Amino acid sequence: MTPVLLADITVFVLSVLVGFEVITKVPATLHTPLMSGANAIHGVVVVGVMIVAASIDTTIGYVLLFVAAAFAAANVVGGYVVTDRMLEMFRR
Amino acid sequence: MNTTTHLLYLGTAVCFVLGLHLMNSPATARRGNQLSAFGMAVAIALTVVVLIDEGTITRTAAVVLAIGVLVGSTAGLVAARRVKMTAMPQLVSLFNAVGGGAAALIAFGDALPGSTGRPTSTTLATFLDVLIGAVTFSGSLIAAGKLAGVVPGRPLTFAGGRLVNLLLGLTALTAGVLYTARGGLGALGILTGAALAVGVLATLPIGGADMPVVISLLNACTGTAVAMAGFVIGSTPLIIAGALVGAAGGILTKLMAVAMNRSLLNIVAGGFGTGDEQTVSATTAIGSVRAVTADDAALQLAYARKVVIVPGYGLAAAQAQHEVVELAQALAERGVDVSYGIHPVAGRMPGHMNVLLAEANAPYPLLKDLDEINPQFAATDVVLVVGANDVTNPAARRPGNAVSGMPILDVDKARSVIVVKRSLGHGYAGIDNELYTNPRTAMLFGDAKVVLTALITELQAYAVGR
Repeated sequence: MTPVLLADITVFVLSVLVGFEVITKVPATLHTPLMSGANAIHGVVVVGVMIVAASIDTTIGYVLLFVAAAFAAANVVGGYVVTDRMLEMFRR
Repeated sequence: MNTTTHLLYLGTAVCFVLGLHLMNSPATARRGNQLSAFGMAVAIALTVVVLIDEGTITRTAAVVLAIGVLVGSTAGLVAARRVKMTAMPQLVSLFNAVGGGAAALIAFGDALPGSTGRPTSTTLATFLDVLIGAVTFSGSLIAAGKLAGVVPGRPLTFAGGRLVNLLLGLTALTAGVLYTARGGLGALGILTGAALAVGVLATLPIGGADMPVVISLLNACTGTAVAMAGFVIGSTPLIIAGALVGAAGGILTKLMAVAMNRSLLNIVAGGFGTGDEQTVSATTAIGSVRAVTADDAALQLAYARKVVIVPGYGLAAAQAQHEVVELAQALAERGVDVSYGIHPVAGRMPGHMNVLLAEANAPYPLLKDLDEINPQFAATDVVLVVGANDVTNPAARRPGNAVSGMPILDVDKARSVIVVKRSLGHGYAGIDNELYTNPRTAMLFGDAKVVLTALITELQAYAVGR
């Protein structure tokens, strides 16, 4: 294993633990917005699509890139907007 | 990647964690989500700067990327703005599908010949990314279809289905191991095809009522796939955010399964329960029940001192959240003490009922959770159960049946109970509800929306009569 991979695995494991710790405290009434909010956070995949775009230079690659970009953008934008809509109603 | 970039990415990860933390309480939840969105915006802007700075992206790729993002953002924005609150679970499922799909495509983009391989890319991460991403993609589409009614909600099984699924799973694993050892797009293609089929076949046999748990599980899977994509392209923000969501979804899935008194294994095995509430004939083993008319029920409600409304899945399915709030307001205007008793899994997802009632402008302090409302039932004149079933079944207090041990709302302790329900059909536990044969219980049969509207009309008649 390279040092980079080791560092990545460390980050992964610690993030999982942080995720457990943060989520355990959320009350049931907020579970639906939470699921939606977490859903929006995995929209970070759009950053990955952008990074991988830098190494793509074939026609097939461009097609895949387009689909991936559209998918990821829909996830991140829609996820945050719909969560905000839900939580806006909670304040009343 | 230079130090500044790295530190800024770390800052965005902090935003995600703090954002989730702020979602602990309704008062700060919205700010939490906005903080998380801010972190995301920074991460995206930062990546744009990095791309321009590195300058390795081809002009075509940049244009394709920009158009793709524009198309996707528009679609996401329109869907998020227009979706009805009752259709929330299927939208979350669709976002899971596209997120998982994008994660799998990243691995493909990275593995394509001609692409310059990244130093940290490992074939094992690619294998896991494609496997989890593809299963999540097709599985989430089926789950969304089931909730939207496009795919039948009942468990769809066929002879040998499990064997076929097992074989497909083995094919996917073999292709994945081959790819991990030797690489090659052929193996990756077979892996993808098999994984997509597994996603479909694994979700089809699961009943619609179990879908919320499955969506939560798929949410966790998408997070994990995104983390794997992070390993493939060596991106820390993807690893952190993906792992966070994987853990969050995992915990949430467990909480939901516990609240529904189901084991996760049992749910994933499928074949249990139904889509929407079954319309089993009223001639089940249950004893005699007492039916009332809307007229009688309205009279009883109008002259009660304390009323607790217990909304459930049937209310969400009938989209009657506005009617129930209107009824509560009408009662409150008459001086009746009205509150809502909300079970953690009422609705189509945990906490979904709170969202629906909040949408209909129910005052937040009137929404009581299980622990808060249970001691109050003894002092309650009338409990109005609207489309809730298993969460009110007193059989849960006894061992040895499908709902044993499940936390329930103690509605049978109230002086009288009115149950609004379409039929005597079973809930997803598939057993009779002993509440219905309780002498203090009256059944008011009909669609929640229709019945509640009738109750509101009857109440108005009483107001005029006085």
